[in-house]
Amino acid sequence: MSRYVLRGGVVVGPTEARRADVLVDEGRIISVGTDLDVGRAEELDCTGAWVGPAYVDLHSHLREPGAEAAETIHSGARAGVRGGYGALVAMPNTEPALDSVSLVRDVLERGRSSALDVAVCAAITVGRRGERLAPLGDLAALGVRLFSDDGTGVANPLVMRRALEYARPLGVRLAQHCEDASLCAGGVMNEGEWSRRLGLGGRPAIAEEIMVARDLDLLRLTGGRLHLLHLSTARAVGLALAARAEGLDVTFEVTPHHLVLDESACAAYDPIMKVHPPLRAASDVAALGELLRQGRLDAVATDHAPHAPETKDQPFDEAPAGMLGLEHAASVVHEVLGANRPLDLFRVL
Amino acid sequence: MRTIRGGHLLTLEGVDRVQVVDVLDTAESFVEVHHRTIRKVPALTGRVVASLFFEESTRTRLSFETAAKRLSADVISLAVAASSVKKGESLRDTISTIEALGLDAVVLRHRSSGASEQVARFVPHVHVINAGDGQHQHPTQGLLDAFTVRQVLAERRGTTGRESGAELFDGLRVLIVGDVLHSRVARSDIAVYRALGANVRVVGPGTLVPRELTEWGVEVSYDLDESLEWAQVIGLLRLQSERGSGEFVPSLGEFATHYGLTSARLTTLDPRTLVMHPGPMNRGVEIDNAVADSAHSLVTRQVANGVPVRMAVLYLTVAGGDGR
Ligand SMILES: [Zn+2]
Repeated sequence: MSRYVLRGGVVVGPTEARRADVLVDEGRIISVGTDLDVGRAEELDCTGAWVGPAYVDLHSHLREPGAEAAETIHSGARAGVRGGYGALVAMPNTEPALDSVSLVRDVLERGRSSALDVAVCAAITVGRRGERLAPLGDLAALGVRLFSDDGTGVANPLVMRRALEYARPLGVRLAQHCEDASLCAGGVMNEGEWSRRLGLGGRPAIAEEIMVARDLDLLRLTGGRLHLLHLSTARAVGLALAARAEGLDVTFEVTPHHLVLDESACAAYDPIMKVHPPLRAASDVAALGELLRQGRLDAVATDHAPHAPETKDQPFDEAPAGMLGLEHAASVVHEVLGANRPLDLFRVL
Repeated sequence: MRTIRGGHLLTLEGVDRVQVVDVLDTAESFVEVHHRTIRKVPALTGRVVASLFFEESTRTRLSFETAAKRLSADVISLAVAASSVKKGESLRDTISTIEALGLDAVVLRHRSSGASEQVARFVPHVHVINAGDGQHQHPTQGLLDAFTVRQVLAERRGTTGRESGAELFDGLRVLIVGDVLHSRVARSDIAVYRALGANVRVVGPGTLVPRELTEWGVEVSYDLDESLEWAQVIGLLRLQSERGSGEFVPSLGEFATHYGLTSARLTTLDPRTLVMHPGPMNRGVEIDNAVADSAHSLVTRQVANGVPVRMAVLYLTVAGGDGR
């Protein structure tokens, strides 16, 4: 199928969506228009479908190296393709963490033989321990644009400050997992009526908001670029939007699960519902959905975080945190957006 | 709330008065078994009950196993906490292995909240009885506490619990003291007393009694002495010592001073006030010796009533209460 035409779909561009055919030859788009005369080409009926650029996931845990029983670069890439993705960013909380040129090069290499484009987000600190800076300069020279200790945040404000200062002239962006670890001690779900009822330790919304506020203050001090990973409360998003209105270079993402699942999903103690940051109050879920519909979310990123099935057959407090996302993110966004809104869907994915 | 008869007993949250009275009445009918020469009834002959304790608790395990044996069930006892079950084998694996032995019921104690809920999902055909899960629920403790209160109040009135139904609980003022936040006993007690129509108040330090607990339909107080005057029934909770070392309270001593039922406070109690404790007691912390051994204390009765109440629970879940 080296030459084919996507016939009868709605082609979605950055500013408009209209009915058009798309002719593809040897993997390149040759022409877009109505009733194209394409010569010899395979016809693909796209009536009723949206035709647009493949999605890009900013946040995928591919588990390689170290936890290949849960996911590999190739299996994660296949999941991405199933979900409509053409590129994804592999997160660095592997074992060992992606904190060196050789490890990052290896992941990029494996990514090249996968089903889609794989970029790497490298660690901010050595071993993601939050102490010494990883070789951000060498990694930036290799082409890494995004750095994060995701899985946990950089807890020490001085280390975070130094990282922002060091990253600024490199032109790279730091991505923070915003949860104050000490406020989350012993916590396995959102702190609130449900956690108290279920007898599960809480991770309060304030733990996220304090870290967001702190990092925005640091960013104001240092300059540079900051990305806030998987914001899950209305207030955290509000802080980010206010900081940007003020002129700070801050971006943020929200996950599909925080758009549709609230804390009550933990009531059956199914560890599938265990995720960090946790599923929040219904009011936050509703507010994030409203922000999505208003076009105020920068991106929906999956935080696709697979674990081997048997690890999720443990008690809720012992099971690892993390949900899948690549295969269903688009359906979730579509559902939350509601009406026929292809531009909004392609903008956030 | 799923039905107890023919089902599981995982939680008392959402239980209704009819169900509680059903268990209490059934338990009352089992009390007399204790006084027979042959302390056995054939209710669960040929049924297999496994007691699975991922967290050691000799007294609770013995209470359940005694109950099962008095019902003539076969008992498989697995002290998993001490056995070879290590990290690497999932909860599902462990349960599936044991289920393969052929079981009617599992009595499960686990340090993790929700474990019995999960097990009930893993082996849906086995009746699961929660013998305490993490900081969530300890339903049979709640039931035996209610049973004990009803028994004592009925005796004072010269009647039986069965005749009084739930009437003795109407407006009864029940105080729960101490580490409410982390207590599975508190959650079960609150649910059962509220279902029976009592007024429940919780009292303890701010870290262990969050002000949000009013969402449970209880009053929240931080004044023990005033609350002791208010209370007709006092349920003390065990302070987990690891919560006493500066994390939730400055020291065990300070906790005892402000929230312990000390011998000095004993003298202020109305002589009719009942004092309960689920055990094991930290004497000198939440309860002084003089209190534990006073006429107010129902601690021994609670232990004794554990057996008939657990007989009732096993009987109602496994046999569904049919064929009596
Ligand atoms: Zn994260």
